[in-house]
Amino acid sequence: MSLREQVGPYFGSFGGRFVPESLIAALDELDEAYQAARVDPSFAAELAELHRSYTGRPSIVTEARRFAEHAGGSRILLKREDLNHTGSHKINNVLGQALLAKRLGKTRIIAETGAGQHGVASATAAALFGLECVVYMGEVDTERQALNVARMNLLGATVVPVTVGSRTLKDAINEALRDWVANVDTTHYLLGTVAGPHPFPTMVRDFHAVIGTEAREQVLELTGRLPDAVVACVGGGSNAMGIFHAFLDDAEVRLVGSEAAGDGVDTLHHAATISRGRPGVLHGARSLMLQDEDGQTMESHSISAGLDYPGVGPEHAWLAEIGRAEYHGVTDAEAMDALRLLSRTEGIIPAIETAHALHGALLLGRELGPDGTVLVSLSGRGDKDMETAARYFGLLDAAAAGEDS
Amino acid sequence: MTASTVEATIASRVDAGSGALIGYLPVGFPDLDTSVEAAVALVENGVDIIELGLPYSDPVMDGLAIQAATQAALERGFRLRDGFTALERIRSRVDAPVLVMTYWNPVVQYGVERFASALRDAGGAGLITPDLIPDEAGEWLAVSEEFGLDRVFLAAPSSSAARLQRAVEVSRGFVYAVSTMGITGARADVDAAARGVVSRLRDAGSTSACVGLGISTAEQVRDVLEYADGAIVGSRLVTALAEGGVSAVASAAAELAAGTA
Repeated sequence: MSLREQVGPYFGSFGGRFVPESLIAALDELDEAYQAARVDPSFAAELAELHRSYTGRPSIVTEARRFAEHAGGSRILLKREDLNHTGSHKINNVLGQALLAKRLGKTRIIAETGAGQHGVASATAAALFGLECVVYMGEVDTERQALNVARMNLLGATVVPVTVGSRTLKDAINEALRDWVANVDTTHYLLGTVAGPHPFPTMVRDFHAVIGTEAREQVLELTGRLPDAVVACVGGGSNAMGIFHAFLDDAEVRLVGSEAAGDGVDTLHHAATISRGRPGVLHGARSLMLQDEDGQTMESHSISAGLDYPGVGPEHAWLAEIGRAEYHGVTDAEAMDALRLLSRTEGIIPAIETAHALHGALLLGRELGPDGTVLVSLSGRGDKDMETAARYFGLLDAAAAGEDS
Repeated sequence: MTASTVEATIASRVDAGSGALIGYLPVGFPDLDTSVEAAVALVENGVDIIELGLPYSDPVMDGLAIQAATQAALERGFRLRDGFTALERIRSRVDAPVLVMTYWNPVVQYGVERFASALRDAGGAGLITPDLIPDEAGEWLAVSEEFGLDRVFLAAPSSSAARLQRAVEVSRGFVYAVSTMGITGARADVDAAARGVVSRLRDAGSTSACVGLGISTAEQVRDVLEYADGAIVGSRLVTALAEGGVSAVASAAAELAAGTA
């Protein structure tokens, strides 16, 4: 079987369904509906039309010439998921799952969110389809992403701050799972990444595979050949699986994931699950995770809320294990430098998550030299990160000082 | 393999015209010593089988009362080895069988075989595994067989007939019938769904089916034991321990045990 044809529930020894029995009927029902939808031309047509007239697909590819001067002169091509409606790749999956939820006759969707991008995308789809929407968000994250909470509220969603555990993304997922166990008859859990129990890793990947399918054609048309490397940031890993998938069987194309290394992978403050994690079971699947000796999940740390997750999708764990993809840690400082560099050389302010991939692109470009081509998943835009970035670069102080004078 | 003492305990209570009362408490809450005292107090006040919970960082099947207790235990520095210590201390003082309730990852990280060996040596009867379904339990089925340990799987109102059949086949000790579509926590009404699950488990051949989730009064225990072989109580006991210490757990257990009379 080719790598592209893997459909779970297992990817090597990773994946599966490690959830309470109460959820199995819902997962079976979802899997069945999804299998039917994937071979149903009317489903594909409906989703494609939504992407054309609502998301704004296909997203364009932008060649980053001035940025490339810092990347050893390699060609750097940006797949612009930041230009999608709601500002990131997240909408691809959300629209697909919302359509499925309608097919299943569910009237309510629930979602988890870290930075708020998936929550905003879910609230958007709920508004579009007339579904009730509840978003679970760690209390810590509701405080540091207050603007996104306001966006979700404006879109008509209810945001529930999660006050237990570490009060971050992993606890938001726990709370969403608890809600789903209790309300599975009416509710679809719109999980936002390629993690969780089967069929989520496969289904979410498939809904994002449009990124790589489009990009592969666009790069071929632009350069006459496949890129030498494809790079994407990896938290749970949804945009990375989306852009990797079309290239999995192109053995000559290197697939590179940039993980959040926080203060450094050798410190206690990072989210580099593949570089530093061990196999374990978290949130319904066997994968790699950050955990202590007893199997208690450890808290992750990253300047980017969207990558601040101690687990990763099982297909990434498998691609790392078989050596088809490679994963490297990118520190907060390296990501923020790359964010500023792209802003100043191309006039594009990326999300901090995406900036991790841009640092990866700089390294790959320098390694490949002027003959190389690197395709980057520009997964999201940086508007949501302005406060963090302004604080990081000391711009708020400067602005305040300017006002005073 | 020797007969399951859990099964035998339940059967003897059923034969006596009632059913078994199974009481849950987490290890290490509010501290290790008190959790041992509280577990002993359960048995001294009419609980037939102890369900000893191991605190875990991501307890998706638990409601707020149990989450708060297990999180407090972890914050106090609970380690898995403390679970075996507590188990051994409890078993040195009471004859009642003790099943350990644990999410699956701690077992995987400890090593399934090493965990089973430590559990048996500490006098444990087996495991209740809320996030391990029979489909994913190949290794645990083999290891529990080798060590003569009970394995309790869950059955839900939404489970298909084939899945209930499988749960009955692979469970040893009892099958944990989930009373409602939800998580742990006291509820005013124990769902009628519980009666349905137990009846379907009977059709699948179960002779040892216990109901859990939402049970918090003697009256609910009595109602459940009319059709099931055991009633499982957790949050009510944990809340009593949190609010009134060991003496409150003792009176809560005695009150619930009145439902088995």
